[in-house]
Amino acid sequence: MSLLSLRNLSVTLRGRPVLRDVSFDIEAGEVVGLIGPNGAGKTTLMRAALGLVAAEGESSLAAMSPADRARHSAWMPQSREIAWPVSVETLVTLGRLPHGGRADAEDRAAVDAALARMQLDPFRHRTATRLSGGEQARALIARTLAQQTPLLMADEPIAGLDPEYQIATLETFGALAREGHGVLLSLHDLGLAARHCTRLILLDKGRLLADGVPGAVLTDERIAETFRIRAFHAETDHGPIFQPTEVIR
Amino acid sequence: MRRGIFLVLGLLVLAMCAGSLSVGPAEVGAGESLRALVAGGDGPLTMVMREIRLPRMILGLAIGASLGLSGAAMQGYLRNPLAEPGLIGVSASAALGAVLAIHTGLAAAFVLALPLAALAGAVVSVLLLLMLAGPRGGTLALILAGIAISAMAGALTSLVLNLSPNPFAANEIVFWMMGSLADRSMLHVWLALPLMVLGWAMLLPLARPLEALTLGEDAAASLGVNLDRLRWQVVLGTACVVGAATAVAGAIGFVGLVVPHVLRPLVGSRPGPLLIASALGGAAMLLAADIAVRVVVPDRDLKLGVLTALVGAPVFLHLIWRTGRSAG
Repeated sequence: MSLLSLRNLSVTLRGRPVLRDVSFDIEAGEVVGLIGPNGAGKTTLMRAALGLVAAEGESSLAAMSPADRARHSAWMPQSREIAWPVSVETLVTLGRLPHGGRADAEDRAAVDAALARMQLDPFRHRTATRLSGGEQARALIARTLAQQTPLLMADEPIAGLDPEYQIATLETFGALAREGHGVLLSLHDLGLAARHCTRLILLDKGRLLADGVPGAVLTDERIAETFRIRAFHAETDHGPIFQPTEVIR
Repeated sequence: MRRGIFLVLGLLVLAMCAGSLSVGPAEVGAGESLRALVAGGDGPLTMVMREIRLPRMILGLAIGASLGLSGAAMQGYLRNPLAEPGLIGVSASAALGAVLAIHTGLAAAFVLALPLAALAGAVVSVLLLLMLAGPRGGTLALILAGIAISAMAGALTSLVLNLSPNPFAANEIVFWMMGSLADRSMLHVWLALPLMVLGWAMLLPLARPLEALTLGEDAAASLGVNLDRLRWQVVLGTACVVGAATAVAGAIGFVGLVVPHVLRPLVGSRPGPLLIASALGGAAMLLAADIAVRVVVPDRDLKLGVLTALVGAPVFLHLIWRTGRSAG
């Protein structure tokens, strides 16, 4: 059974259609990258899939009860809010709330594993709000990992991270997929998306334009049409290389 | 360490309760007065204890706990350390109801007329809040509606003062608004306590949703929090406790603002444990203030609300100064 199934999902905000008839499934083992220019509807698609914004059509997630949904899918929104100066450990532990949040052995193990995966052990007792933006982002990703859900969704999870942590984070999502999770990420960096996602979904003006393996989605014509850029791409021994080179004027 | 804080706060509240019962114009030793309260009998001391000091202590305990708890809930919900229970306009509206009762002479008709009028004011403000902020309105709509209701109630209160027939009526209104627990009876306890307990029952279970809200509304919703339900539980719970507190004690400021602020670092800034900590801290602070008004100037009827503001404002200034320095 699919971890996420969307059928004809459409969203209209203040009379303006921002998502039109989007359908796709996500299976265990996939890292799906959601790409598209600014305003394409990537965030709205994720929020509608979760039932956080009113939508027409069907989403297997939105149909669940909030408690079931919170044990099936973890979500990291784009706004990286940390309202109170809590410790990193406390922040990551918030991911255990859907599982009862009683701080039992299972909760502690999940939090320890999430901290280790995001290389946050030295930061465990630091105050989250005093960390750098990149460190905060890693702590918030660790929070979603601690939720231990079959499906992981994150909106721009690697924006503002150093290259080291961008790659490390995407590798972590890849490892989670190989362990049987399904992952849906919105990404702006097409090069990293091409290298680290097993599949890309291209959105433009609320429509799903393409859905498939990175090489099949990132064609010259499509990126010229949607992103208005040209790019160099090649298949190498180290995986696919995709480098935007110039703007089409 | 966190358990220790709850233990210390609990002991502090117990000590303040005992202190509150032992202080008064009838100069009797603490041991003797507590014995008279527990043992009973028909002597004058038992009557003083049961009819005067006991209701005063219960109201101080319950109102202080209510203000601390609702302050912590409001700050947690709005994710803002400057939020306080008065923000939704219920206390200003309850005060207006009471002021109208005094002005019209209704307050003199029977003993519960004033608190009942205040509760009516609180109910009207909640209905207005429901209309203005809508069943699905956002946080901003709620704050703005609260500010508008507070401003309106404040203006109407000023109007009543402005039109008061003589200086004595104006005096009575002004003194009532300063807040006090003096001369309250068990009747006041029975009117206010059930409402406050109802409010506590709505606010105390919010520990987990408020914890989740640390990550913002979207993330909290994805963690299973029902945001609409959370909002109305905060608003109605706060309205119950603040409406009841204002109805029997007048406007007592700064407890709901300062207590969560002071205790936050001691619970690791977690909004969940802060609820109970602030309830205990609020009770201790109000009981202490109510002891102080009786001890510091026993013959001048110092008002409770004046004292909490006198103590609360400098503490708050100090906290802001400290926060500013650590941020800068």
